[in-house]
Amino acid sequence: MRSDRHQSAPLGLKIAAAAGLLFLHLPILLIFVYAFTMEEKSYQWPPPGLTTQWLAVAWNRPDVWSALGLSVKVAAVSTAIAMVLGTLCAAAVSQTKFFGREVISLLVILPIALPGIITGIALRSAFSLAEIPFSFWTIILGHATFCVVVVYNNAVARFRRTSGSLIEASMDLGADGFQTFRYVILPNIGTALLAGGMLAFALSFDEVIVTTFTAGQQQTLPIWMLEELVRPRQRPVTNVVAMVVVLVTFLPILAAYYLTRDGDQVAGSGK
Amino acid sequence: MTTAVSFEKVSRHFGAVRAVDAVDLDIRPGEFFAMLGPSGSGKTTCLRLIAGFEQPTAGSISIFGERAEGVPPYRRNVNTVFQDYALFPHLNVLDNVAYGLMVKGVGRTERAKQAEDALKLVQLPGYGARRPSQLSGGQRQRVALARALVNKPRVLLLDEPLGALDLKLRENMQEELKLLQRALGITFVFVTHDQGEALSMADRVAVFNDGRIMQIGTPQDIYERPQTRFVADFVGSSNVLSPDFVARYSGKRRWASLRPEKIRLAEKAGQGVAGTVRARSFLGATNRFTVDAEGTRLHVITPAGQPVPEDGADVSLVWLPADLHLMDEPA
Repeated sequence: MRSDRHQSAPLGLKIAAAAGLLFLHLPILLIFVYAFTMEEKSYQWPPPGLTTQWLAVAWNRPDVWSALGLSVKVAAVSTAIAMVLGTLCAAAVSQTKFFGREVISLLVILPIALPGIITGIALRSAFSLAEIPFSFWTIILGHATFCVVVVYNNAVARFRRTSGSLIEASMDLGADGFQTFRYVILPNIGTALLAGGMLAFALSFDEVIVTTFTAGQQQTLPIWMLEELVRPRQRPVTNVVAMVVVLVTFLPILAAYYLTRDGDQVAGSGK
Repeated sequence: MTTAVSFEKVSRHFGAVRAVDAVDLDIRPGEFFAMLGPSGSGKTTCLRLIAGFEQPTAGSISIFGERAEGVPPYRRNVNTVFQDYALFPHLNVLDNVAYGLMVKGVGRTERAKQAEDALKLVQLPGYGARRPSQLSGGQRQRVALARALVNKPRVLLLDEPLGALDLKLRENMQEELKLLQRALGITFVFVTHDQGEALSMADRVAVFNDGRIMQIGTPQDIYERPQTRFVADFVGSSNVLSPDFVARYSGKRRWASLRPEKIRLAEKAGQGVAGTVRARSFLGATNRFTVDAEGTRLHVITPAGQPVPEDGADVSLVWLPADLHLMDEPA
């Protein structure tokens, strides 16, 4: 959105805005700087010297790889589950009217509104009550609770903008349910699903709180980083990994932003 | 002779609302059939029952002799032109028109050829590459028509097809639809709340009110011989005369309809019905005024050019006895 007014903002406002942005982003830059420091035991400022050796050290640590591998797998599977369930739920809530529709809508969104610690504790006690041992799938279950929400939110917004008569038109022209989904619904909600999926992936990838309660002895990448910070040895390795996490989560979010920005054309507005 | 669409005691209830209530209906093959009624009268639900988007709560529907209950929309040889056209925004015009052929598995070149032919039929040749968003309302409507017709339906359903068009375009499309229907010989069923549209286009009209059909007949029938007060008033805003009033002038105590254009001003005072002119308006080709005759308001329409009485003038009104149409509705 552009304002037609071109007059410049007052100096004070400019300084405040710059200060605010610096406050938000300077710490992230510091993480990048410490990834290259010579000193490994404490975070000393200024860094005594710069080196790229920690990239190689991090590369050769098997615990980094196993944590990264687990995180990627968890994020991928949670996202896949969320995309299927979130889309189905969004379709049901936006396309049909049934008793309890608003309640279901609220219940689906609730996990993201609840503090993670509550979701975590709830899941943990549920698992122990049902005597389910911690596994890859318990982490997935925890992550899916909030991944479904982001996919659902994206999909439901797009469904609402897609005219219901498009689906009827497709059926009327001889397409069965599957064909209608493939040729009409998917092209209309595709970018919203992609954006939701990417957000879900990013959320899952750096999730700590729920994971703490549902992972048992397994280490996802964020959990591994927390543990590393306690040990005063090879600290910059954590920073190297942190840098990678920032990039891995930032790129999909950026992509999601660009993809949905162009999707503003309202489907079914053909009046 | 089989019927194109047949309703037997068809009802569709939504909870306590009887959207369609025990409707009997026979639509003949090749007919241009109009369902006319105010909004909420059940006409659109009837259309959706034929298309298969709704299932009847009770009764049975058959389309060309085949039972239609439980048959999903995609297995009915019936196509719909939607009120909002419902063109697929992610497809261009050609792919929109070819959609029905594509899902049936017709090859790419063949369906492109048939779609182009359908676009020619609706006078939009060469528009295939455009997006629906680049078309005007009238063009979108033609695309929606082509998209339905390319499937060679046995019945074409049109839901308020001209509702979103401006007056001039609407008049052109009325004529075009009529010609198209004659040329193709397909049964057209269209829903409208515009009585002028129904009368000018349809072979037969069904007038709906409160989920029931009030009267079915040719436009002339409906207009000249309305059976109920509702039909008389809804179609052409007739003067609906109370049994008491009618008893005074025709001797029978029945509700009656008297078309405003059938009433004339008496040349001599003392003739016919005396009254006072209350309001006048100039409508271009005609003049319209309201006369208060002993408590009954009569609308009168006279051709422009004839003298129009002043507001408040005392006049006498006359009509031919045959023009006073007695209705079936009990007094």
